[in-house]
Amino acid sequence: MSTIDRAKLLDIYTRTMKVNRTDEKFRSLLMQGKVAVMYYCVRGQELVSAAAMAALTDDDYVVCTYRGQGEQTAKGIPPELWWAECLGKVTGTCKGKGGTMHITYPEKGIMVTTGVVGSGLPIATGLAMASQNNGDGKVTLVSFGDGAANIGGFHEAMNMAQLYKLPVVFLCQNNRYGEHTAFADHTSSESISARAAGYGMRGVLVDGNDVNAVYPAVQEAVDRARAGEGPTLVEAMCYRMMGHFFGADFSYMPKEHLAEMQREDPLPKLRQVMLDHQFSEEELDAIVADIDAEIDGAVAAALAADLPGPEELAIDVFETPLVEAR
Amino acid sequence: MAEITLAQALNKAIDEAMAEDAGVFCLGEDVSAKQGGGVFKITSGLTEKYGEHRVRATPISETAIVGAAVGAALAGQRPIAEIMLMNFVGVCMDQIVNHAAKLRFMSGGQTNVPLVIRTTTGVGVGFGGQHSDMLEAWFAHVAGIHVVTPSNAADARGLMRAAIDCNDPVIFIENILCYGLKAEDPGPGYRVPLGKAAVAREGSDISLITYGRTVLDALAVADELAKEGISVEVIDLRTIAPYDEATVLASVRKTGLAITLHEAVRPFGTGAELAANIQEKCWDSLKGPVRRIGGTFSPVPFATVLEQAWIPNKGQIIGQIKAALGKG
Ligand SMILES: Cc1ncc(C[n+]2csc(CCOP(=O)(O)OP(=O)(O)O)c2C)c(N)n1
Repeated sequence: MSTIDRAKLLDIYTRTMKVNRTDEKFRSLLMQGKVAVMYYCVRGQELVSAAAMAALTDDDYVVCTYRGQGEQTAKGIPPELWWAECLGKVTGTCKGKGGTMHITYPEKGIMVTTGVVGSGLPIATGLAMASQNNGDGKVTLVSFGDGAANIGGFHEAMNMAQLYKLPVVFLCQNNRYGEHTAFADHTSSESISARAAGYGMRGVLVDGNDVNAVYPAVQEAVDRARAGEGPTLVEAMCYRMMGHFFGADFSYMPKEHLAEMQREDPLPKLRQVMLDHQFSEEELDAIVADIDAEIDGAVAAALAADLPGPEELAIDVFETPLVEAR
Repeated sequence: MAEITLAQALNKAIDEAMAEDAGVFCLGEDVSAKQGGGVFKITSGLTEKYGEHRVRATPISETAIVGAAVGAALAGQRPIAEIMLMNFVGVCMDQIVNHAAKLRFMSGGQTNVPLVIRTTTGVGVGFGGQHSDMLEAWFAHVAGIHVVTPSNAADARGLMRAAIDCNDPVIFIENILCYGLKAEDPGPGYRVPLGKAAVAREGSDISLITYGRTVLDALAVADELAKEGISVEVIDLRTIAPYDEATVLASVRKTGLAITLHEAVRPFGTGAELAANIQEKCWDSLKGPVRRIGGTFSPVPFATVLEQAWIPNKGQIIGQIKAALGKG
């Protein structure tokens, strides 16, 4: 049984299924050729981002990566804005100027989505530094992959965050791959979380397929950060069940391992936890049906929306629009 | 009013901004009182007034310094990050180019990065190849960043205040050789708007367009040539990018001749962009080609004799002016 209360479980379940249904929808649109954009699948990682976002308030800050659909959806970006941005429409969060790899929505605390591996960590320390400076009580969570842990900025940010005891949570979603390179082929240490010790930081390793592991770990890290006890490095073990981005070759992923990891799929496991807590099959299905209906509406609106006009090129470069694009 | 040095001017501008706005804070290596208030003392005295949270001495982590400044700026603060020497910007280029410069645009204007990156450089101090480069063209080439450099103490005070006020990222380049320059203190609240050049000296025969330390050379040359009856107009860009095109073009239309001058190496330098733009837009007024003067295309050497040979000198400037006027 779970130590997580029923209301929270329902919250996490809803967020997880929003992430999953968004992912499924995106892949189906790509497969049917209805849209043609870069999309980084999150199949297999839905629970990690949903449970992590459920540990934050609306005001807390999040920095994520190109594979950030999970954080973005679970943190609460309205689907119609999210889809419009992914399709490059003027009605999107960023007027179509950010796209799938650069989603921003400060209203729900999504401050940066970066396409540069590992760049989010230093920025997250800065958001947390601002919170420490002005005492606003916000926590910043930065999500990144196992590959990112080998970038210099990771180490600089870890050291700095611990040095200043910043209210930041470093969430490594260890999906076992950095593009085509398997974890053991790019990392000298046994785990990413073990590296925390090198910075005098708290490091936690959890099963990213188990809601009872992910949520309490992130919640504790968030609570500690908010209480002024400094940063935590949480590493959630999960699995990227598809190629690096949609359509990419993934023949380098051993079939036996994939099959083994599919048995660890977080979604049926989460459903079982819900059933164990006396949520009915009908209740759970109804939640998904509502989500699907909302996504369908958002996609239809995004497909019908206008494209940004060329005048946008001169706007938002500087505060004052450029008179002439040089 | 009393005189101040350029270094004091910067210190006063930062002090004043910190006093007025609790969101303004400094971060960088060695910047706090414990380490003596910065390698060049620009932040001296500030820790005592504002505490260690607002004058944060950082580890030697340029990526984390600028990254943290970007994050804090996104959260509505106004960080002033110090990169001890300009050559080290290579370490944090990703944060500047991919993040600071682009987040306003990529977010469709939802977020902005009101960040000042202060950095120092300069040829002529014997620092050798890895501590002396003027790399302004790297940043001028990226949309979304203002590139600023003062040539005198009064401008330093005014430009720093304007840079801190600015809601976009600003790279603020300080030439080590200029730190001791003195001027009348323009006093509290003084601002020099970004993107506005100064006509440092009026003239009618030729326009010499420059910025930073070489403004001093340009003014000295103009003085000298005035004795020979040659009237040189000196334009101090103050903001290198985006620059004050109107003032530059008006000057060239008046004189009909232009030379660009900077300490950075000549190939692919900012002078090339200025020259090309002048040629395109002032073709009808030009009496000859736009000439460019810049540093030698080699790493900055150590030996004083070589370093002096590397840097554009007054003789070279005079030679180019006379050649342009057909008096060579
Ligand atoms: C600095 C940098 N180097 C290389 C790339 C190309 N690249 C994009 S994603 C990726 C793999 C990153 O793996 P990981 O951090 O584990 O994240 P995941 O994609 O698994 O979520 C690489 C190498 C990049 N975007 N940025």
